Amino acid sequence: MATQTLDTKGMNCPLPILKTKKAMKDLATGETLEVLSTDPGSVKDMEAFCKSTGNKLLSSNDNGGVFTYEIEKG
Amino acid sequence: MSDGSNNKKMSIIVTKGTLDWAYPPFILASTAASLDIDVTLFFTFYGLQLLKKDLSHLQISTLGNPAMEMPMMGMHMTMPNIISAIPGVDAMASSMMRNMIKKKGIASIPELRDICVESDVKIVGCNMTLDLFEWTPDMMIPEMELGGAATYMAEALESDINLYI
Repeated sequence: MATQTLDTKGMNCPLPILKTKKAMKDLATGETLEVLSTDPGSVKDMEAFCKSTGNKLLSSNDNGGVFTYEIEKG
Repeated sequence: MSDGSNNKKMSIIVTKGTLDWAYPPFILASTAASLDIDVTLFFTFYGLQLLKKDLSHLQISTLGNPAMEMPMMGMHMTMPNIISAIPGVDAMASSMMRNMIKKKGIASIPELRDICVESDVKIVGCNMTLDLFEWTPDMMIPEMELGGAATYMAEALESDINLYI
Protein backbone atom coordinates (compact mmCIF):
# COMPACT_ATOMS: atom_id res chain seq x y z
CA MET A 1 0.00 0.00 0.00
CA ALA A 2 1.46 3.34 -1.06
CA THR A 3 1.76 6.13 1.50
CA GLN A 4 0.05 8.56 -0.88
CA THR A 5 -1.70 8.49 -4.25
CA LEU A 6 -1.44 11.13 -6.97
CA ASP A 7 -3.97 11.19 -9.78
CA THR A 8 -2.68 12.88 -12.96
CA LYS A 9 -5.19 11.29 -15.34
CA GLY A 10 -6.00 13.60 -18.27
CA MET A 11 -2.82 15.64 -17.81
CA ASN A 12 -0.32 15.90 -20.62
CA CYS A 13 3.49 16.09 -20.62
CA PRO A 14 5.22 17.43 -18.55
CA LEU A 15 2.51 17.84 -15.90
CA PRO A 16 2.58 14.23 -14.55
CA ILE A 17 6.31 14.59 -13.79
CA LEU A 18 5.97 18.10 -12.34
CA LYS A 19 3.11 17.00 -10.05
CA THR A 20 5.03 13.86 -9.04
CA LYS A 21 8.04 15.95 -8.07
CA LYS A 22 5.84 18.18 -5.93
CA ALA A 23 4.14 15.22 -4.22
CA MET A 24 7.47 13.52 -3.46
CA LYS A 25 8.53 16.54 -1.40
CA ASP A 26 5.89 15.70 1.22
CA LEU A 27 7.19 12.15 1.72
CA ALA A 28 9.87 10.89 4.08
CA THR A 29 12.65 8.58 2.86
CA GLY A 30 11.29 5.05 2.38
CA GLU A 31 7.68 6.18 1.96
CA THR A 32 5.99 5.48 -1.36
CA LEU A 33 3.88 7.38 -3.84
CA GLU A 34 1.43 5.82 -6.26
CA VAL A 35 0.95 7.85 -9.47
CA LEU A 36 -1.87 7.35 -11.98
CA SER A 37 -1.47 8.75 -15.49
CA THR A 38 -3.09 8.47 -18.91
CA ASP A 39 -0.04 9.92 -20.69
CA PRO A 40 1.75 7.13 -22.63
CA GLY A 41 4.93 9.26 -22.59
CA SER A 42 4.98 9.01 -18.80
CA VAL A 43 6.31 5.41 -18.99
CA LYS A 44 9.76 6.52 -20.13
CA ASP A 45 9.52 9.85 -18.32
CA MET A 46 8.91 8.28 -14.92
CA GLU A 47 11.98 6.02 -15.38
CA ALA A 48 14.09 9.05 -16.28
CA PHE A 49 12.68 11.05 -13.36
CA CYS A 50 13.53 8.31 -10.84
CA LYS A 51 16.99 7.74 -12.32
CA SER A 52 17.86 11.42 -12.12
CA THR A 53 16.40 12.15 -8.69
CA GLY A 54 17.59 9.08 -6.77
CA ASN A 55 14.08 7.77 -6.12
CA LYS A 56 13.23 4.12 -6.76
CA LEU A 57 10.62 3.03 -9.30
CA LEU A 58 9.16 -0.04 -7.59
CA SER A 59 6.58 -0.85 -10.27
CA SER A 60 5.25 0.43 -13.59
CA ASN A 61 2.01 -1.03 -14.95
CA ASP A 62 -0.33 -0.39 -17.87
CA ASN A 63 -3.92 -1.13 -16.88
CA GLY A 64 -5.64 -0.58 -20.20
CA GLY A 65 -4.68 3.02 -20.85
CA VAL A 66 -4.14 4.04 -17.24
CA PHE A 67 -0.52 3.79 -16.19
CA THR A 68 0.25 3.13 -12.54
CA TYR A 69 3.62 3.78 -10.93
CA GLU A 70 4.88 3.12 -7.45
CA ILE A 71 7.84 5.22 -6.40
CA GLU A 72 9.84 4.95 -3.20
CA LYS A 73 11.46 8.10 -1.94
CA GLY A 74 15.26 7.72 -1.92
CA MET B 1 19.34 12.50 -1.97
CA SER B 2 16.10 13.14 -3.78
CA ASP B 3 15.58 16.75 -2.76
CA GLY B 4 19.15 17.78 -3.39
CA SER B 5 20.95 18.68 -6.53
CA ASN B 6 22.59 16.07 -8.71
CA ASN B 7 25.25 18.64 -9.62
CA LYS B 8 23.96 18.96 -13.16
CA LYS B 9 23.21 22.32 -14.71
CA MET B 10 21.33 23.53 -17.77
CA SER B 11 21.06 26.93 -19.40
CA ILE B 12 18.70 28.08 -22.13
CA ILE B 13 18.80 31.30 -24.15
CA VAL B 14 15.14 32.20 -24.76
CA THR B 15 14.74 34.43 -27.82
CA LYS B 16 11.13 33.99 -28.91
CA GLY B 17 8.00 35.49 -27.39
CA THR B 18 5.05 33.83 -29.10
CA LEU B 19 2.60 31.49 -27.36
CA ASP B 20 3.84 28.40 -29.21
CA TRP B 21 7.56 29.16 -28.81
CA ALA B 22 7.08 29.88 -25.11
CA TYR B 23 6.49 26.16 -24.53
CA PRO B 24 9.90 24.54 -25.19
CA PRO B 25 11.92 26.65 -22.73
CA PHE B 26 9.33 26.51 -19.93
CA ILE B 27 8.66 22.77 -20.39
CA LEU B 28 12.36 21.92 -20.42
CA ALA B 29 13.17 24.23 -17.51
CA SER B 30 10.34 23.01 -15.26
CA THR B 31 11.09 19.36 -16.08
CA ALA B 32 14.83 19.79 -15.54
CA ALA B 33 14.13 21.43 -12.18
CA SER B 34 11.95 18.42 -11.30
CA LEU B 35 14.93 16.21 -12.12
CA ASP B 36 17.05 18.19 -9.61
CA ILE B 37 18.97 19.99 -12.35
CA ASP B 38 19.94 23.63 -11.67
CA VAL B 39 18.47 25.75 -14.46
CA THR B 40 19.22 29.25 -15.72
CA LEU B 41 16.97 30.85 -18.33
CA PHE B 42 18.33 33.90 -20.13
CA PHE B 43 15.55 35.91 -21.79
CA THR B 44 16.65 38.16 -24.61
CA PHE B 45 14.98 40.08 -27.45
CA TYR B 46 11.42 38.83 -28.05
CA GLY B 47 11.92 36.17 -25.39
CA LEU B 48 11.86 38.91 -22.75
CA GLN B 49 8.17 39.27 -23.53
CA LEU B 50 7.68 36.04 -21.53
CA LEU B 51 8.70 37.75 -18.30
CA LYS B 52 5.93 40.34 -18.34
CA LYS B 53 3.65 40.01 -15.31
CA ASP B 54 0.61 39.44 -17.49
CA LEU B 55 0.95 36.84 -20.26
CA SER B 56 -2.59 36.99 -21.61
CA HIS B 57 -1.38 38.95 -24.65
CA LEU B 58 0.79 36.12 -26.00
CA GLN B 59 -0.18 35.11 -29.52
CA ILE B 60 0.81 32.68 -32.24
CA SER B 61 1.27 33.81 -35.82
CA THR B 62 0.09 31.66 -38.69
CA LEU B 63 1.91 33.89 -41.18
CA GLY B 64 4.70 32.05 -42.97
CA ASN B 65 4.11 28.87 -41.00
CA PRO B 66 2.98 26.17 -43.44
CA ALA B 67 3.67 23.46 -40.84
CA MET B 68 0.95 24.73 -38.53
CA GLU B 69 -2.10 22.55 -39.02
CA MET B 70 -5.14 23.27 -36.91
CA PRO B 71 -7.74 20.54 -36.44
CA MET B 72 -10.93 22.13 -37.73
CA MET B 73 -14.26 20.61 -38.71
CA GLY B 74 -12.78 17.10 -38.80
CA MET B 75 -9.91 18.18 -41.06
CA HIS B 76 -6.45 19.67 -40.64
CA MET B 77 -6.24 23.15 -42.09
CA THR B 78 -3.24 25.34 -42.80
CA MET B 79 -3.70 29.07 -43.16
CA PRO B 80 -2.82 30.67 -46.52
CA ASN B 81 -0.52 33.67 -45.98
CA ILE B 82 -3.00 36.05 -47.54
CA ILE B 83 -5.55 35.11 -44.87
CA SER B 84 -2.96 35.23 -42.07
CA ALA B 85 -2.23 38.84 -42.97
CA ILE B 86 -5.79 39.96 -42.21
CA PRO B 87 -6.05 41.82 -38.89
CA GLY B 88 -7.65 39.67 -36.21
CA VAL B 89 -6.63 36.32 -37.70
CA ASP B 90 -3.68 35.89 -35.31
CA ALA B 91 -5.95 36.67 -32.36
CA MET B 92 -8.51 34.13 -33.57
CA ALA B 93 -5.88 31.43 -34.18
CA SER B 94 -4.34 32.16 -30.76
CA SER B 95 -7.68 31.76 -29.05
CA MET B 96 -8.22 28.43 -30.87
CA MET B 97 -4.77 27.30 -29.77
CA ARG B 98 -5.49 28.20 -26.12
CA ASN B 99 -8.73 26.18 -26.25
CA MET B 100 -6.93 23.16 -27.74
CA ILE B 101 -4.19 23.38 -25.09
CA LYS B 102 -6.80 23.40 -22.33
CA LYS B 103 -8.81 20.56 -23.85
CA LYS B 104 -5.76 18.31 -24.15
CA GLY B 105 -4.70 18.73 -20.50
CA ILE B 106 -1.59 20.69 -21.45
CA ALA B 107 -0.28 23.20 -18.92
CA SER B 108 -0.69 26.90 -19.66
CA ILE B 109 2.38 29.13 -20.00
CA PRO B 110 1.62 31.05 -16.75
CA GLU B 111 1.28 27.69 -14.96
CA LEU B 112 4.65 26.42 -16.28
CA ARG B 113 6.33 29.74 -15.49
CA ASP B 114 4.96 29.63 -11.92
CA ILE B 115 6.36 26.12 -11.49
CA CYS B 116 9.76 27.34 -12.76
CA VAL B 117 9.72 30.19 -10.22
CA GLU B 118 8.66 27.85 -7.39
CA SER B 119 11.41 25.38 -8.34
CA ASP B 120 14.10 28.05 -8.08
CA VAL B 121 14.87 28.26 -11.79
CA LYS B 122 17.17 31.26 -12.16
CA ILE B 123 15.47 33.81 -14.41
CA VAL B 124 17.74 36.38 -16.03
CA GLY B 125 16.37 39.18 -18.18
CA CYS B 126 18.59 40.85 -20.75
CA ASN B 127 19.28 44.40 -19.63
CA MET B 128 20.03 45.63 -23.14
CA THR B 129 16.67 44.29 -24.45
CA LEU B 130 14.78 46.00 -21.63
CA ASP B 131 16.44 49.28 -22.61
CA LEU B 132 15.92 48.69 -26.34
CA PHE B 133 12.16 48.14 -26.08
CA GLU B 134 11.80 50.81 -23.39
CA TRP B 135 10.32 48.40 -20.88
CA THR B 136 10.87 48.83 -17.13
CA PRO B 137 11.61 46.20 -14.44
CA ASP B 138 8.26 46.91 -12.73
CA MET B 139 6.47 45.52 -15.83
CA MET B 140 8.25 42.20 -15.31
CA ILE B 141 7.91 39.45 -12.69
CA PRO B 142 9.85 40.28 -9.50
CA GLU B 143 11.89 37.05 -9.76
CA MET B 144 13.70 38.44 -12.81
CA GLU B 145 17.33 39.37 -12.27
CA LEU B 146 18.92 41.62 -14.87
CA GLY B 147 22.12 40.61 -16.59
CA GLY B 148 24.04 40.65 -19.83
CA ALA B 149 25.96 38.36 -22.15
CA ALA B 150 28.76 37.88 -19.63
CA THR B 151 26.25 36.72 -17.00
CA TYR B 152 24.99 34.13 -19.45
CA MET B 153 28.50 32.98 -20.39
CA ALA B 154 29.42 32.44 -16.75
CA GLU B 155 26.38 30.13 -16.34
CA ALA B 156 26.89 28.41 -19.70
CA LEU B 157 30.51 27.54 -18.98
CA GLU B 158 29.42 25.63 -15.88
CA SER B 159 26.44 23.91 -17.53
CA ASP B 160 26.10 20.37 -18.83
CA ILE B 161 23.34 21.39 -21.27
CA ASN B 162 23.20 24.71 -23.13
CA LEU B 163 20.30 25.39 -25.47
CA TYR B 164 19.25 28.28 -27.71
CA ILE B 165 15.54 28.50 -28.40
